[in-house]
Amino acid sequence: MQQSLGQPAKRSAWWNDARVRGVLSQVFVLGGIGLLVWYLVSNTLANLETRSIATGFGFLEREAGFAVSESPIPYSAADTYYRVLVVGILNTLKVSIVGIALATLFGTLAGVARLSSNWLVAKFATIYVEGLRNIPILLQLFFWYTVITQTLPGPRQAFNPMPGVFLSNRGLQYAEPVWDPTYGLMAGALAVGIIGAWALGRWAHKRQERTGRLFPTFRVGAALILGLPVLAYVLGGAPTELDVPALKGFNFRGGGTVTPEFAALLVGLVLYTGTYIAEIVRGGILSVSHGQTEAGLALGLSRGLVMRLILLPQALRVIIPPLTSQYLNLTKNSSLAVAIGFPDLVSVANTSINQTGQAVEGIAIIMAVYLTVSLSISAFMNWYNRKIALQGVR
Amino acid sequence: MARSGETPGQIIAREEEPKDVSLPPPKAPPTSPVLAVDWVRQHLFSSVPNTLLTLLCFWLLWETVPPLIDWALIGAVWSGGDPQLCRDADGACWAFITEKHRFILFGLYPFDEQWRPRLAMALFVGTLLVSSYPPFWRPWLGLLWVAVFTSCGILMWGGVFGLTPVDNTRWGGVPLTLILAVVGLVCAFPLSILLALGRRSDLPAIRMVCVGFIELIRGVPLISVLFMASVMFPLFLPEGVTIDKLLRAQVGIILFTAAYLAEAVRGGLQSIPRGQFEAADAMGLSYWKKTLLIILPQALKVAIPPIVNQFISMFKDTSLVIIIGLFDLLTTAKTALADPPWRAFYIESYLFAAMIYWAFCFFMSRYSQYLERRLETGHKRS
Amino acid sequence: MTPGDTLGDTPNSGAAITLESVHKWYGAFHVLQDINLTVQRGERVVVCGPSGSGKSTMIRCVNRLEEHQEGKIIVNGIELTNDVKAIEGIRREVGMVFQSFNLFPHLTVLENLTLSPIWVQKRPKKEAEQAAMEYLERVHIPEQAKKYPGQLSGGQQQRVAIARALCMKPSIMLFDEPTSALDPEMIKEVLDVMVGLAEAGMTMICVTHEMGFAKTVANNMVFMDEGSIVEMAPPKEFFTNPKSERTQKFLSQILTH
Ligand SMILES: Nc1ncnc2c1ncn2[C@@H]1O[C@H](COP(=O)(O)OP(=O)(O)OP(=O)(O)O)[C@@H](O)[C@H]1O
Ligand SMILES: [Mg+2]
Repeated sequence: MQQSLGQPAKRSAWWNDARVRGVLSQVFVLGGIGLLVWYLVSNTLANLETRSIATGFGFLEREAGFAVSESPIPYSAADTYYRVLVVGILNTLKVSIVGIALATLFGTLAGVARLSSNWLVAKFATIYVEGLRNIPILLQLFFWYTVITQTLPGPRQAFNPMPGVFLSNRGLQYAEPVWDPTYGLMAGALAVGIIGAWALGRWAHKRQERTGRLFPTFRVGAALILGLPVLAYVLGGAPTELDVPALKGFNFRGGGTVTPEFAALLVGLVLYTGTYIAEIVRGGILSVSHGQTEAGLALGLSRGLVMRLILLPQALRVIIPPLTSQYLNLTKNSSLAVAIGFPDLVSVANTSINQTGQAVEGIAIIMAVYLTVSLSISAFMNWYNRKIALQGVR
Repeated sequence: MARSGETPGQIIAREEEPKDVSLPPPKAPPTSPVLAVDWVRQHLFSSVPNTLLTLLCFWLLWETVPPLIDWALIGAVWSGGDPQLCRDADGACWAFITEKHRFILFGLYPFDEQWRPRLAMALFVGTLLVSSYPPFWRPWLGLLWVAVFTSCGILMWGGVFGLTPVDNTRWGGVPLTLILAVVGLVCAFPLSILLALGRRSDLPAIRMVCVGFIELIRGVPLISVLFMASVMFPLFLPEGVTIDKLLRAQVGIILFTAAYLAEAVRGGLQSIPRGQFEAADAMGLSYWKKTLLIILPQALKVAIPPIVNQFISMFKDTSLVIIIGLFDLLTTAKTALADPPWRAFYIESYLFAAMIYWAFCFFMSRYSQYLERRLETGHKRS
Repeated sequence: MTPGDTLGDTPNSGAAITLESVHKWYGAFHVLQDINLTVQRGERVVVCGPSGSGKSTMIRCVNRLEEHQEGKIIVNGIELTNDVKAIEGIRREVGMVFQSFNLFPHLTVLENLTLSPIWVQKRPKKEAEQAAMEYLERVHIPEQAKKYPGQLSGGQQQRVAIARALCMKPSIMLFDEPTSALDPEMIKEVLDVMVGLAEAGMTMICVTHEMGFAKTVANNMVFMDEGSIVEMAPPKEFFTNPKSERTQKFLSQILTH
């Protein structure tokens, strides 16, 4: 680069030109990677051929031939590999979404508790956080799974904490309402309630800007969201028919079930991720200096308003990015389901690999699904971070 | 004391005794001077909700602690190789640990030779302790590590100095967990530096390759990488060449760790002010000289705490090798339970393994906090 | 130039702030010892004293950012007690400016200013914004309204903080070393604004070591040391003829600097 500026006394060798060097090193790296990939691929192809393993995704159309213990959509062993993989993905999403919701709740509670002025509460939270985050999640999963399957009694002696609910080593059985059109009506009412609350919020905001009058948006909105479905339920004739689980032979029939696998996975993921979320929440709250609270109070804002208008918005900025990466971690850790037999994506893909021998395709599918989830979440995060970045704070 | 010319803005203090002569005699605070009572009131009963919370906590303690002590200490069976004794007692069965701890700690390593992994671990942990003290971070420490690694290798494998050879398929327990974690860190570290530098390179092709690798690995669960290592690596190699399971898992862990470490290192690189790069350029240093002499030493210093944190999570993550059938600490704890008469004592087994993991990780995380405080001095960004 | 001349005499229309034998402890540490102080409406009191003498603690007690344990504090005729609503009311009447600005970094300058008028005084947004712009003009930075605090210089931030406090139309202003975090050239721009306020007749308690400012605006000087008020006098007397040895020593240190 420098040569172009002045007249060099002596022309340096061409390989000292920065641009040439840049191009050359890139060519070398890319070439090296290309060679390596070619070598690995050709080995793999040769190996697959000698072991007479098929390639390609044709196997997805074939019959899977194995059953899964639970599935959100109808599935039988006669269905295709494609369908069983979809079942796996849905199971992964199910445990991740429920896990994320509970871990957020639990972690936030623990994080706030650690900051409590009550010494005992703070100590309890600290013991939980420091205790569980230093133990491998897989060990915790094994532990919970064994607790559920070995400590709990068999179905015949199941705990019956309240009518229609049974807790045994087959999991948690609970009474489920029998489908009635009223429930559809309630879902509709819920949607209307949510939309109504949102519209109400906008209207209240506009009105406040215009006239300055405040409106109890939160309370009225909550009443809408909860009240409309209840109203729909009553109007629909208040159906009360329940599908109550009953002991038939060695197991329960009827009602809804939380399997031991799902329960253990959920408990493990929530408790483990909760420790990380607790630390993130604590850090976020601590990151807002006390001066901010004082300035808010000095302006005559109530404690509630200081929390809502000043502390929360600032703490959330600090909390949300690491929180998202914990959500991703939870989703990725849900793949440990394979160790306790919950049929998540990795677990069913693993069985498929064992049956078809098509490891390359199976692993590619696992990776592609997780990558899609991860990359879309991090794209969202980047967008979000750019949006909320504090202006002028370096 | 005569004062004149007072303004209408009266100040009450003036009418009082002259303050400028002596301070009022010291006065005790109105609250009780008994510190303990004060403390309890402030920290446990400061308000009604607080008091309720405290009572709830006491109730919880009352409900959990006495039964726990009963179970763990009073009703526990401490020794004797008879599982029936344990089943008759209603406390913990620490006899299980007495009976099985050698297996849990060392896995399938030949029983009579277990002094070797024991010695290797002692060496290893000792050196770890020595290297945790920053003033010892000098070239001799590197040599010490080489020596320790060599002697650990000799101890574990044997075959020289009259030690019986032990195949690495028989390694297990804590030594295996430590090996996976430490070798993983040591090998992933240089790779991660290259990846981090590559990610910040001006050359688009190199940058893309590094970003692609890092984001790919960070986007998928470790278990899929381990599956890949265990099922796909054998396919990658030419016919007839095989690598053993331990090595495959180790390579998987290294690749996985490198991607995460690279982000830690990148954080360090980003923390370096532009001026440092410009000053190095102005001195006429080449890219590699600039990087090795000026940039990396500063960047790594900043990156040490996140690197230690990464090591902690990797240490925990090594437990995943149970899924591809290696005998690490978690596997041995689980396998010890496969012995039918002892099957019921899973709490003791998992607790034992958990405590080992916990002790390592807790120590490391405290250490990382200590380092952070120590390294912070003199490296505050202004 | 004598202090009383420039700003006119203090209108004597009753006490705005009264502190009566106020004591405060941090644990066993006696931070405020028997503080007695009355500030009349329109009066301007400047507090000075060595670091750690309890100046901040004292004025923070006035709007109950700190609680005192003994004695009485009466602001605008209302005694400070545990009544939360009364405290919130008093805080609306008392504006406070901090040493470290404490602007809300997630809100623009204009939003910082209108936050309290909108949420506490429940005024329409338009109206609150118009009022806010007037105050920004008064502190000479209307052009910064749309910026975030992080994008402003220290002096500008402190002027925004003053404007933010003024937006509540307080009858009393408290200043806790408003200029000590600022560079010399910024100090002047902030002090100018404060002198303007004083000229407009605002009741002020101001902790500062800017003695030039004190001479111009103060009706009364208060010198604190080790938690007590050691000396209290009009500036002329305070600077030329301090009674206590400690005041003399303090003044000689601060004035030679
Ligand atoms: N929250 C607290 N807990 C315990 N001690 C405190 C607390 N806040 C202040 N102090 C102590 O009270 C004393 C008075 O503090 P204060 O902030 O009022 O001093 P100051 O006169 O404003 O000093 P400066 O000029 O440095 O601002 C100091 O010795 C300080 O250490
Ligand atoms: Mg102060």
